[in-house]
This record gives sequence, C-alpha cells and structure tokens, in this order.
Amino acid sequence: MKFIVAIIQPFRLEEVKQSLYAADVQLMTVSEVLGHGRQGGATEIYRGVHETGNLLRKIRLEIAVNDDFVDRTIQAILGGAKTGEVGDGKIFVYPLEECVRIRTEERGPAAIG
Amino acid sequence: MVSNANNAWVLISAALIMFMTVPALGLFYGGLVKKKNVLSLMMQSFASLVVVSLLWVLVGYSLAFSPGELIPGVLGDFRWTLLNGISPIDPSPYTVSDPSGPVSHLTFVIFQCMFAAITPAVVSGAFAERMKFSAFLLFSVLWLFVVYIPLAHMAWSTNGLFAKQGLMDFAGGTVVEINSGFSALAGALILGRRRNLRPTPPHNLTFTLVGGAMLWFGWFGFNAGSGLAADGLAASALLTTNVAAAAAALAWGFLDWRLQKKPTLLGAVSGAVAGLVAITPAAGFVTVGGALVLGLVAGVVCYGFVVQGKPKLGYDDSLDAFGVHGVAGVIGTLGVGLLAAPGITAPFHMNGGQGFAGLLYGAPGAFVLQAEATGTAMVVAFGGTAVVFLVVKALVGLRVTEKDEALGLDISQHNEKAYTLIE
Repeated sequence: MKFIVAIIQPFRLEEVKQSLYAADVQLMTVSEVLGHGRQGGATEIYRGVHETGNLLRKIRLEIAVNDDFVDRTIQAILGGAKTGEVGDGKIFVYPLEECVRIRTEERGPAAIG
Repeated sequence: MVSNANNAWVLISAALIMFMTVPALGLFYGGLVKKKNVLSLMMQSFASLVVVSLLWVLVGYSLAFSPGELIPGVLGDFRWTLLNGISPIDPSPYTVSDPSGPVSHLTFVIFQCMFAAITPAVVSGAFAERMKFSAFLLFSVLWLFVVYIPLAHMAWSTNGLFAKQGLMDFAGGTVVEINSGFSALAGALILGRRRNLRPTPPHNLTFTLVGGAMLWFGWFGFNAGSGLAADGLAASALLTTNVAAAAAALAWGFLDWRLQKKPTLLGAVSGAVAGLVAITPAAGFVTVGGALVLGLVAGVVCYGFVVQGKPKLGYDDSLDAFGVHGVAGVIGTLGVGLLAAPGITAPFHMNGGQGFAGLLYGAPGAFVLQAEATGTAMVVAFGGTAVVFLVVKALVGLRVTEKDEALGLDISQHNEKAYTLIE
C-alpha cells in the first residue's frame, strides 16, 4: 500500500479529478494549502505597499492506493496537473503501513478501495 | 416655529451619520487589518458611538453649542446639562440656509451628537492592532472635551471664535476631518509602530468596499443635512458630495493603474473617501465644477501622500487616518476658501445676502480666515491629542503587551474571535 500526496495548482484540480476518475481512482482527500516551490512567493500591492513573499494558494491531494494502482494514479495526476510552467507542483509517494475502514473495521488492502 | 419638513430631513441625516460610525467605519477599517484584530477595530467604532452618545447629552452639547462663555469663543457653559431647559417644541437656535424654518432644537442636538461620535472612531484607524481597549476608551472620553468640543465651538457655535468671523466649514472640515487626521498623527507618533510591521494584506477587502460604500451613502446625510433644511442647498450639497467622491476615486484609481500597474479596489475606495473628506467643508459653498476640482486634487494629493510619502516618513498611521482625513481635510478647508461661489449661497440670503465667496470670486479675506482655522485645528488636534495620550499613558498605559499584540487584539482585549476554523 502507498500513500500519495500531490501538491497542485488550484486551477488544475478539476482536470486532475477527471483524470483520476478516468483511471478508476475514486477516493481522495482534498485540502487548500499555502506554500511555494521554485517559483517563489507572490507580490501584492496594497495602497502602494509591496507585500512580497506571500505564500501561494495550492491544492493538496491525498490518495491511499494499493501497489498496483500507484503508477496509474501518478500518470493520472500528471495528465491533469501538468502545464509545463514553474509552479505545477509535486507528487510524493510514501509507504503506507496500515489502513482501517472505520465502518466495517476491515484492514489492509481490502480497506483501501 | 419648527419646520416639520426640514426637521424630517435632518433627523434622517442624523440616522445616516450614525450608520457611518457603525457599521460602516467598523467594516471599512476592520477589513484592512489582520483577521485576529478585526473585532477590536469594530469595537472601537462602537465604543465611540456609545461613549459620546452619553457624554453629549450629559454636558457635551452644552459646552459645544450653548451661548455661554466659559472660555470665550472656545467653550460654552453648562446651562444645557442633561439638555435641561430644552423643550421638544423649541426651535433650534441654529439655522443655515432656512432661518425661517428651523429644525427642532433636539434634532440639532442629535445631529451634532452623531458628528461627535464618528470623529474619535475615525482617529482609531491610526491606533489599529496595538492599542489597549481601556486606553482607547479613556482617550475617547478625554479627547471629546479637550479637542473635539473646543473645535466644534470655534467653528459652529453662535459665539465661536471662527464662526463669528464667517468661517466656511459646512460639515466639519476643521471639526471632523483636520481634527481626526492630526489627532491620528499625534497618536500614531506617541503610540509607536506595530511590532511586527511586515506589511500584511488586508484580511477582507470585501468588508472595506462595503464599509466604504456605506460611508459614501451616509455622507449624504453628513453633508446635505448640514444646511439644516430640506431645500435646494441640501440638493446642491448632496450633488457636490457625490461628484467629489467619484472624481477622487477616479483619480486614485488611475494613478494606481499608471504607477502600480493595476487599478485596485482598495485604491478606488480610498480615493472616494478622500474625495468625501475634501468636499465636507465645501459641500454647500461650491459649484459642481468646484467639487470636481476638489475631488481630483484630493485623489491625487492623498494618493501621493499615502502611497509615496508615508513609507518614507516611517510613522505607523496604520489605516491612513492622517493620510486621508488630515490631508484631504486641509485640501477641502483651504479649497473652499478659493472656490466658494457666492451664486450658490446668495439665493438663500446667507452671509447677509451676499453669499459666501472665496479668493477666486474676489474675497481674499475668506481664504486667510480658512487658513487661520486650518492652522488652529491642526495645533489644537495635534497638541490636545498629545496631552490626552500622555495622561492616558500615565493612568492605564497605551499599548498591549508584545505577547498580546502577537495573539491579536480580538482575543487579548475582548476574548472573542471573528472567525472560527472548525465549526
């Protein structure tokens, strides 16, 4: 089992979701987060005061998958999120020790999908 | 004999001005600060309304507007303590454009009360995000007597130092605007800068727009009510108010676009307020053309001051109470000394039937008087506020602790927060 975390551009979320559904990945958690990578922060101007280093709005996707779904999930995220511009985000893949479905108390790979 | 028509309009105007203090100014200021401090700004505006409403009927109105001479030309006396001796059927001793149709004396009392209530609330913008609530409360009490009431008496009372000489201050260029601006400057200098002076994005510009638009709306009562009549001069004042606000919003907005690359909502709203401030002393004295000039000049000069000037000077007038109200107040008060057109007020038999004229209409003396009143208001506001601040500092202290400032004033001063994160 793997735990996939992707940080993506907010305006690509809809494409990423459609792309994941097309790859038969139906379960995910989405949150709004702040951060920046190589493109640096944003500069905004209020009454002429330059406010630099603002963290940018990003979307964080969390998806737990069984091992045979890892590649197609990554491909689906790439397909939806990639624009080729700096700031497209990152995908992190972690080993996942355990998964419990609260309703049925099932454990392990059977609890994921 | 009270004119019920005039009375109705001025009562409505009083209500419009109340609305400017809370919620308009609270929203306008609250949107500009960090979200941990929004309630503290709203509370300061609310507290101004509450405190001044009571002090005004207690002795404030009497000291400001009674014909007594505790200090000749500067302060009335206590004859109208608790409005003693003023009957609901009494006509107001004060009229502007319709002497034969005075409003009720009590209408004048509440109308003036609302002016007194909003002024310390405007000043509070300079103290944002670092002043103790107890200090603000004490400030608002002392400041009303030391600064506001003398300035109101001088400009508007029958025995007032400048009123007797024919000062043109239609709705409070000296009493409200120069006063709040220079009081804000003194306060900001004594209070010192916020500890973490990283420029922060305003936490909710929607509030600021809604509050700014409500201020514009309320200003119709502020200015067009100040003729104390529902007549043509009220219409003229309302129209010039609208023109000046629009012109200044346009000027600030285009300067933003030209010099900062984008036309900003905050810039346009700030400009509108600057225009409203500038037209305040002039609303009933100038033509629409004059209002256009005042609005454009206020938009450009306040933009220059707030955007280009303040960062170089380094004092922390958090929400630009000085940069907008002080600067535009001077522009308007001096400007009416140039632009007052006798053709506006002469038909109402004002100023002995000749109407009020400015320098450009052949009355250089008027400009000199405006300049004297401007200088006096600056000195009284700045000096009086400095004294009040030193007294408040000695009695309760001015600033919250470093930790409380970091926690935010909403929690540290009021034990409340505006927004919950989870339910």
